Amino acid sequence: MPVLNKLLDALMSATTISPKYRGPWTLLKKELLRFWRVGFQTVAAPVITALLYLLIFSHVLEGRVQVYQDVPYTVFLIPGLIMMSVLQNAFANSSSSLIQSKVMGNLIFVLLTPLTHLQFFCAFLCAAIIRGLVVGLCIYLVAMGFVDLPISHPWMIVAFSLLGSALLGTFGIIAGIWADRFDQMAVFQNFIIMPLSFLSGVFYSIHSLPPFWQSVSHLNPFFYMIDGFRYGFFGQADISPWISLCIVTASLLLLAWSTLKMLKSGYKLRA
Amino acid sequence: MTTAIRINRIHKHFGALHALKGIDLSIEEGEFFALLGPNGAGKSTLINILAGLIKPSSGDISVLDFDVVEQFRQARQLLGIVPQELVFDPFFNVREMLRFQAGYFGRGPENDAWVDEILVGLGLADKANTNMRKLSGGMKRRALIAQALAHKPPVIVLDEPTAGVDVELRQTMWAFIKKLNREGHTIILTTHYLEEAETLCNRIGMMKQGELVALDSTANLLNKFAGKKLSLTLGEVGLPEAIRPMLRAQEKGVHTFALTDMGQIEFVLSSLRTANIPVVDMQLQEADLEDVFLSLVGKE
Repeated sequence: MPVLNKLLDALMSATTISPKYRGPWTLLKKELLRFWRVGFQTVAAPVITALLYLLIFSHVLEGRVQVYQDVPYTVFLIPGLIMMSVLQNAFANSSSSLIQSKVMGNLIFVLLTPLTHLQFFCAFLCAAIIRGLVVGLCIYLVAMGFVDLPISHPWMIVAFSLLGSALLGTFGIIAGIWADRFDQMAVFQNFIIMPLSFLSGVFYSIHSLPPFWQSVSHLNPFFYMIDGFRYGFFGQADISPWISLCIVTASLLLLAWSTLKMLKSGYKLRA
Repeated sequence: MTTAIRINRIHKHFGALHALKGIDLSIEEGEFFALLGPNGAGKSTLINILAGLIKPSSGDISVLDFDVVEQFRQARQLLGIVPQELVFDPFFNVREMLRFQAGYFGRGPENDAWVDEILVGLGLADKANTNMRKLSGGMKRRALIAQALAHKPPVIVLDEPTAGVDVELRQTMWAFIKKLNREGHTIILTTHYLEEAETLCNRIGMMKQGELVALDSTANLLNKFAGKKLSLTLGEVGLPEAIRPMLRAQEKGVHTFALTDMGQIEFVLSSLRTANIPVVDMQLQEADLEDVFLSLVGKE
């Protein structure tokens, strides 16, 4: 890890950037280094968790559950697990960084600077996206060692992973601004992010659910992100990926607009 | 001379509390200015409005003619603020924090020489690569000051920078801050150590319950409000009624009287003679800022 840290530091220091964009770039750089410095907790741990899910569920359900034609259950499971980890880690990055900075009081170092609310938003958002994608990519690379995962529509994979991590990164910023204590943040994690992740079709197709729960699943934004992302691999989905794409994009725009309004007003950041 | 900070009829309400009651104040470029007052006087609220951390209810503040609300980007570029709380980011070392802080203000590698100068000036050079978490309280305070200076701001606000730090740090820090002031930086200081304000600052503003109750040069304040102090060792005695209003302090039989003119010395001594109270020892001292402070804001 120290070698990788030095490599990342050197890479970032070598990057030249116009003074105009140096402020938000510095904040992004700080946010990236922050999660990288504790990479065992922020990258390795979620990768191991996802692989444990994969090991257990594939061992128990392989050969018993067939979701898509010609797609073994273990292979079906992998994109869902990747996307779930991308989403959870994107949320965790922005939310934990903000709540820690607020509780420790060091957010003041950013609030005293000439950074605009848009620059603040972009830096935290990009860091969240990058952490989500790094975790997702690591799970993908490790899983590739065990199974053959087809890729039918690579651009759909890219689009859904970017939009999904951006959506949850934005939601993480809202949670980080709103929460004043760590237990308030745990409410978001345990009562919103976890249930929505597990009830989104990561481990099953919603067609296997009774009609009522199928309708309920359609209210879950995580379902569209995971279903669309999975379409990128298998070319099959529970609903049209274009509908999913539109819903995810609209949700992101709405959430981003709300976050920018919060940041501009100084809600809970400036009295 | 340009005005570094112009505060114009600033009011701040926190619900029913009227924290700032129409403060008007101008601080000129190059000044070493002290803002004093008891806890709850509104100093930190005023500084937080200047920093953009609190929005004023009405009125405006500008830094070198840039409004801190409307032109916050330009105003904050010109300001370096040392917060009162001892806060730090536990993920990074001192040098990284200073580089980040300069980077937020658009400063890149060309600023590294200045970062080195700050590290040396504040006695942090040997701790440059130490994680913030591992620094002692005094070192953390130095790092906090260094962070405020990282982008080389022309106006520096130090909100109780020496609270809880040792004499050595204070001396190192003040030597560096005085050097910055000589180079043209405007310094605004809030402190509870009144002797620091008296020694360092050319001008002093005193706040009480959200209002500015005094604003003058340090010398004028000392002359105008304090005069001299007469300390008489009398033992545990009852003082004559006529001189009781002049009594400022009484400890272990030493009675200290505040004098507005020298003629009062004879008045005090004759009152004691009349009351048959012998004077064991006598000392005449120049009054200090603490006397001014007490006479203006110390008595509720």
